[in-house]
Amino acid sequence: MIGVGKIKQYTNVLDKPLTKGKQEVSLSAFAFLFSELVQYNQTQVDNIGELERRLEDAGYAVGARVLELLCHRDKGNRRETRLLGILSFVHSTVWKVLFGKVADSLEKGTEHEDEYMISEKELLVNRFISIPKDMGTFNCGAFVAGIVRGVLDGAGFPAVVTAHFVPVEGQQRPRTTILIKFAEEVLHREARLG
Amino acid sequence: MAPVAPRSGDAIFANIERVNAELFTLTYGAIVRQLLTDLEEVEEVNKQLEQMGYNIGIRLIDEFLAKSNVSRCVDFRETADVIAKLVCSISDALSISLSGLEQQCNVVGFKMFLGVTASVSNWDAEGTCCSIILEDNPLVDFVELPDTCQGLYYCNMLSGVIRGALEMVSMKTEVTWIRDVLRGDDVKLLKQVPEEYPYKDDECFMLKKIKISKHLFKDT
Repeated sequence: MIGVGKIKQYTNVLDKPLTKGKQEVSLSAFAFLFSELVQYNQTQVDNIGELERRLEDAGYAVGARVLELLCHRDKGNRRETRLLGILSFVHSTVWKVLFGKVADSLEKGTEHEDEYMISEKELLVNRFISIPKDMGTFNCGAFVAGIVRGVLDGAGFPAVVTAHFVPVEGQQRPRTTILIKFAEEVLHREARLG
Repeated sequence: MAPVAPRSGDAIFANIERVNAELFTLTYGAIVRQLLTDLEEVEEVNKQLEQMGYNIGIRLIDEFLAKSNVSRCVDFRETADVIAKLVCSISDALSISLSGLEQQCNVVGFKMFLGVTASVSNWDAEGTCCSIILEDNPLVDFVELPDTCQGLYYCNMLSGVIRGALEMVSMKTEVTWIRDVLRGDDVKLLKQVPEEYPYKDDECFMLKKIKISKHLFKDT
């Protein structure tokens, strides 16, 4: 008698095969989830700076995991070691996997050597969010800034990452820019590597 | 005007905008982690997750009703069906012979939002209690519960979503987890939905009223 096929049960999550990353959920499901995240954090803090920091921390955890997942699955266990390499990894691979498209642009800051900017016309997380006037410059893109910081930190490029709104002529909603400011040691290492 | 036929979960899912499930999974994990750090008590975290799910559910139901064209569910079985469609896709064929529409409903919802299939089963005698089975749940990819958090219902937000959505359509329910893969049970996740009808009598009354007035119109 042919044995009945049984679904293999994995007792250890590490033994489960990795998903291919093609599964999708609806945008509204994610938007609802993100709005709950922001609302919950609003109840826990007193000021905007704290709120941004908490969102960033949440994003940091996501970023650290995304780095490991992508390096293992898409890059064959190789991780970028050069500055431009890791930046283009974030700008293309990470953005493509998380948001379905590459980031709009990657620029080097003109004023400082250690600054780079990733710009996006409309961040996915900000799409259904409107900021009340009394919250000033608060940007929910802090979550995405946290993701970038998590990826960079995990890859050995400590940096300070923040999200800013940049008003653009002719567009109703401002563009969002993720500003990445690398730590000193990163630049020294980069210079040494030539 | 002919009533629009309800759309299947797959059809809706194909037409709406989608995002990567991993972003969703990781964001959910970040939320659970934040809650655990802030609240520290596993019971508190369970309650908070349920509350957050409830907040989502009361808003999600509007979108669901708008996009899926399901007609009004006459009784609880129909509703349970709609929900399973609402949240997941089904794996097993429904063995209940009740109106296919209700069972469809549960299936539609899960498929529409999470892109997975769910099934409804285990109806009790009065038709007030059932189980929804989620074959694979995007929330729990990559997740393992540590020993310190064994009491945690990791997916409690889903129960809150269902409870919130149902309450907006006048059905008071209680959703609990029966079996959970993360807690070491070997079977797929199950949910049981016992239900009370505080408003059902009013609903029925309203339906009857409408029927009567239609009849009057015909006569004149």
